[in-house]
Amino acid sequence: MEFLAYLVSGISLGSVYAIIALGYTMVYGIAKMLNFAHGDVIMIGGYISYIAAVNLGLPTLVAVVCAMAVCTVLGVVIEGLAYRPLRSAPSLAVLITAIGVSYFLQNSALLIWGANPKSYTPVVEGTLKLFGGQLSISNVSILTVAACIVIMIGLTLFTSKTKMGKAMRACSEDKGAAQLMGINVNRTISLTFAIGSALAAIAGALLCSFSPALMPTTGSMPGIKAFTAAVFGGIGSIPGAFLGGILLGIIESLARGYISTQLSNSIVFAVLIIILLVRPAGLLGKYVPEKV
Amino acid sequence: MKKTFAMVLAVVMVIGMLAGCGSSTQTAAPAQAATTQTAPAAEAAPAAENAEAAPAAEANMTFKLGSSGPLTGPAAIYGISVMNGIQIAVDEINAMGGLQFEFQSQDDEADSGDKAINAYNTLLDWGMQVMAGTVTSGSGITVAAQAYQDRVFMLTPSGSSVDLIADKDNAFQVCFTDPNQGIASADYISQNFAGAKVAVIYRNDDAYSQGIRDTFVTEAKEKSVEVVYEGTFTEATQTDFSVQLTAAQAAGADLLFLPIYYTPASVILNQANQMGYAPVVFGVDGMDGILTLENFDTSLAEGVMLLTPFAADADDEKTQAFVAEYQKRFGETPNQFAADGYDAAYILKAALEAAGCTGDMSAEEICEAVIAVMPTISVDGITGLSMTWGANGEVSKAPKAVIIQNGVYVSP
Repeated sequence: MEFLAYLVSGISLGSVYAIIALGYTMVYGIAKMLNFAHGDVIMIGGYISYIAAVNLGLPTLVAVVCAMAVCTVLGVVIEGLAYRPLRSAPSLAVLITAIGVSYFLQNSALLIWGANPKSYTPVVEGTLKLFGGQLSISNVSILTVAACIVIMIGLTLFTSKTKMGKAMRACSEDKGAAQLMGINVNRTISLTFAIGSALAAIAGALLCSFSPALMPTTGSMPGIKAFTAAVFGGIGSIPGAFLGGILLGIIESLARGYISTQLSNSIVFAVLIIILLVRPAGLLGKYVPEKV
Repeated sequence: MKKTFAMVLAVVMVIGMLAGCGSSTQTAAPAQAATTQTAPAAEAAPAAENAEAAPAAEANMTFKLGSSGPLTGPAAIYGISVMNGIQIAVDEINAMGGLQFEFQSQDDEADSGDKAINAYNTLLDWGMQVMAGTVTSGSGITVAAQAYQDRVFMLTPSGSSVDLIADKDNAFQVCFTDPNQGIASADYISQNFAGAKVAVIYRNDDAYSQGIRDTFVTEAKEKSVEVVYEGTFTEATQTDFSVQLTAAQAAGADLLFLPIYYTPASVILNQANQMGYAPVVFGVDGMDGILTLENFDTSLAEGVMLLTPFAADADDEKTQAFVAEYQKRFGETPNQFAADGYDAAYILKAALEAAGCTGDMSAEEICEAVIAVMPTISVDGITGLSMTWGANGEVSKAPKAVIIQNGVYVSP
């Protein structure tokens, strides 16, 4: 029974990682850049939904939609101001810019909302009891897993079936060629950031429901874990991010339950190193040989 | 009109100073003896001279009192509470006449590195003579090491780590040390929850949490309190406790001992509630503050117990007056940290008077003089009656347990 409980908490933790990882992987797949500010967009999403729900008294769903709207705008603005001018710059410059944006967002949140933690009200309350109360699954976990699966399927369909999705995949393969075929590359990348940031808002609300202490640094650690998950699953691959997130959550949870609460992070990263040694592109990643 | 007022004010102030000096000369004699015994004669001499010369030369009895603590950041509630407490005490002391304090606080964000040292240096630049800081243990250990070299006397209101005072004759505490909290908690549990199965969740990258946990577990073994599960977390993993809680529940724990700060404690209470796990939760002074966490559902903390030397509902006159004043000024009920800060200012007043210090002495001179008298004084405060100190800086006073009911602390 403990095993099941650990598994459940691993899956729900993993689903949070997976939703964040989907945002990372989308942006990486299309813009070929690591958006390290993603974790902080999540934090902003958390704060916006907190303010909408607690200070303005809006219903939870409306609050999350507000957060999605604000984060979408924020994502597009960040992309336009910080990343677009560096489109042809070396990737290292873009990476450093992303870290800069991350600190900018964190410190802005510190200025606006202060450093005192806020206690987030979970988006759903209650617990599901199974096996006569021996196994309890919180409704937040169920919602997180469901949201994660819906988002993953939605994104897969979007990128494979719609015209915009196809444009994204084209940009991902070869920006120059896509442009020659009449695809507006800048608009496509903006759209990617918009989608990724909207996902970040959802992730923020779910993350804070799961772990209800909202601070300006809330997004950093889950952001790093989710980035790990994205690499684990194969960065750029949507099902890979999902799989990587869930697996990372389960490994972390079981390691904590059965081996040691102190070593769980070391174990997670040891597994990551082994996977990358065996499969350098991650679990579902495509290994593309360099054309000479 | 203005001139007459100024004259009257000046006369009042002179009288006040003389009154203050009078009381300081009375107590100076034993202090002087003690100083010459322990400290080098060269350093003791000016202290004695100043004290004796005081009434004639209208000695300056104004001291610059500094304190540093987290005024922003996740531990801000402690720093702000302590500073508010000190401020109330300083205003009261200044209104009494005699010894006067000028008070300044600096923000160290509970950092144990350069931010703590920066805050301390800023205070020194301002001319701090005695320090009522720091608020947290981590920054206290850093600052105490520096203050030991600089010879600045520091009395920490709430820094509870043993390392803060270890091997440093200039550092004293108002609050209990971590080992004492662990021992007192284990004793209380063995007396009041006989046969309880205890689970401990602590943060193993934090000296405060680890320190309490270590002595708690040792004492629990001696008092045959059964510890069925121990789980850890670190700063990086303080967002998810579902595994630790599941394991504690599976081990049959009916009492959860949390020697941690209130922010992760609030997450634990939330997640335990989501799991439908409802053990008795027992905290230490770091739990204090959970009720003021923004938007925190206080019903989750219903029945949480914690050991604290201060209960705002105590019916003695001093506590009631302090609580009323605090509520008037800051609109909330003071916690233990505010009371620690309040007592710290009064303890420093008592020590400075007993040592016969004057405001024109340097921080070094005051430090030596006060170190000599600390083990000899006894102070009645709101966090304990007749508090006394060992030469190692540790306070001796009795803790008491409080329980949260309907969102307020009450004595069980």
